[in-house]
Amino acid sequence: MNVWQFMLENRDQVFELTLEHLWLVGVSTLLAVLIGIPLGILITRQPLLSKPVLGGANIIQTIPSLALFGFLLPAPWIGERADRLAILALTLYALLPLIRNTYTGIRGVDPAVVEAGRGMGLTERQLLWQVQLPLSLSVIIAGIRVAAVISVGLATIAAAIGAGGLGEFIFRGLAMVNNQLILAGAIPAAFLAIAADVILGRLEKRLAPR
Amino acid sequence: MNAPSHRGSAISFRNVSYEVRNGSELIRNLNLEIETGETVVLVGRSGSGKTTTLKLINHLLVASSGDIEVDGKPLRDWDVIRLRRSIGYVIQEVGLFPHFDVAHNIGLVPQIEGWSAERIRARVEEMLQLVGLDPQVASRYPHELSGGQRQRVGVARALAADPPILLMDEPFAALDPITRAELQREFLALQQRLRKTVVFVSHDLREALLLASRVGLMDDGRLLALLTPKQFLQSQHPLVSAYVAAFGAANGKGELL
Repeated sequence: MNVWQFMLENRDQVFELTLEHLWLVGVSTLLAVLIGIPLGILITRQPLLSKPVLGGANIIQTIPSLALFGFLLPAPWIGERADRLAILALTLYALLPLIRNTYTGIRGVDPAVVEAGRGMGLTERQLLWQVQLPLSLSVIIAGIRVAAVISVGLATIAAAIGAGGLGEFIFRGLAMVNNQLILAGAIPAAFLAIAADVILGRLEKRLAPR
Repeated sequence: MNAPSHRGSAISFRNVSYEVRNGSELIRNLNLEIETGETVVLVGRSGSGKTTTLKLINHLLVASSGDIEVDGKPLRDWDVIRLRRSIGYVIQEVGLFPHFDVAHNIGLVPQIEGWSAERIRARVEEMLQLVGLDPQVASRYPHELSGGQRQRVGVARALAADPPILLMDEPFAALDPITRAELQREFLALQQRLRKTVVFVSHDLREALLLASRVGLMDDGRLLALLTPKQFLQSQHPLVSAYVAAFGAANGKGELL
């Protein structure tokens, strides 16, 4: 039996695990957007904070994912359910690309444009919403794209703590030395990553300033 | 042109210094009275403090000591945003908003000032005409314009909310000589009609002599002289005559050769 037949015969389970996977990636990326973009904006305004914030996000990125799942296990409320735990860990990993891209995107806006805006009497808030954010949007989307693609891969490991997702097939396949089972998890995960990359890449291109 | 009589000063500097964090003084004890409706052109070598002087006026930089008044009111009593909206600002790089079309660029300040859409549209058209642009460029984006057109839009944007004061930081320096001469002529014609108070920074003495009611020479953060173009060319001040000589000798009739 080849892997395609296997996936066809177990399509209900493939579909269910794919949905779980999407849920983990979607919720954590959304949370990372809600936290990372404001943080990125904040550190363009408070330059003293930029080093500790970017450094902190960098350090999180260096923690091996299995270890991070383990670290978070004793946390109250979060540790009670595997999917909460997985979402928190994935959110933490997604923060770096979002903070960094928001920061570099805003700092990369042509200084002459910012000076002209300030000189003509825009408030800092108007400058942010009308000039700096629109002009750095494509760079920020690029950050979301990187975060989403990384999350799709990392989320397979969430199955190790019982959070579900396509990692289930992979871990089961590893335990049973069954390559078909591993591929039944890995192939849909790869497709998810490619889809996220292509869709967000298109969006990024469309929003790039001329 | 005669020096304007001392009626109301539009802008005044009294004992103004500006130093940066490392302690070096970019502006040293500057005293300057700019009358309403005159065009003062600041010249001098790079780093002499011309641009710094402009930015002190619209509070992009804050003086370390001394008093600056705009429209008879000390800067510290101004709301910064109100101050800047009553001062048009044109810079060499133009700094048009690349994601807005020309009409949106020109109409931005009127828009945030709460003008009606109809009034903004009329104003944008009026401004485009004033700076010699076809009304059709209103829907174009900055990257679709030539350098000269872009700077015209920059001037139109600065004038849109009808500010009494205009600060211009080497607005024509990046243009080719023909376009530059064209914009200089148009600036003169515009200034005849509008009578704004203009502070203009230039690297080019010819431009300064052409446009100014008074020319100020700056050196190392100091204002060395503030003279009418004719006086400037005939000045015996060693640094002024050296500066004039650097652009070619004057012919004694108050003209550059």
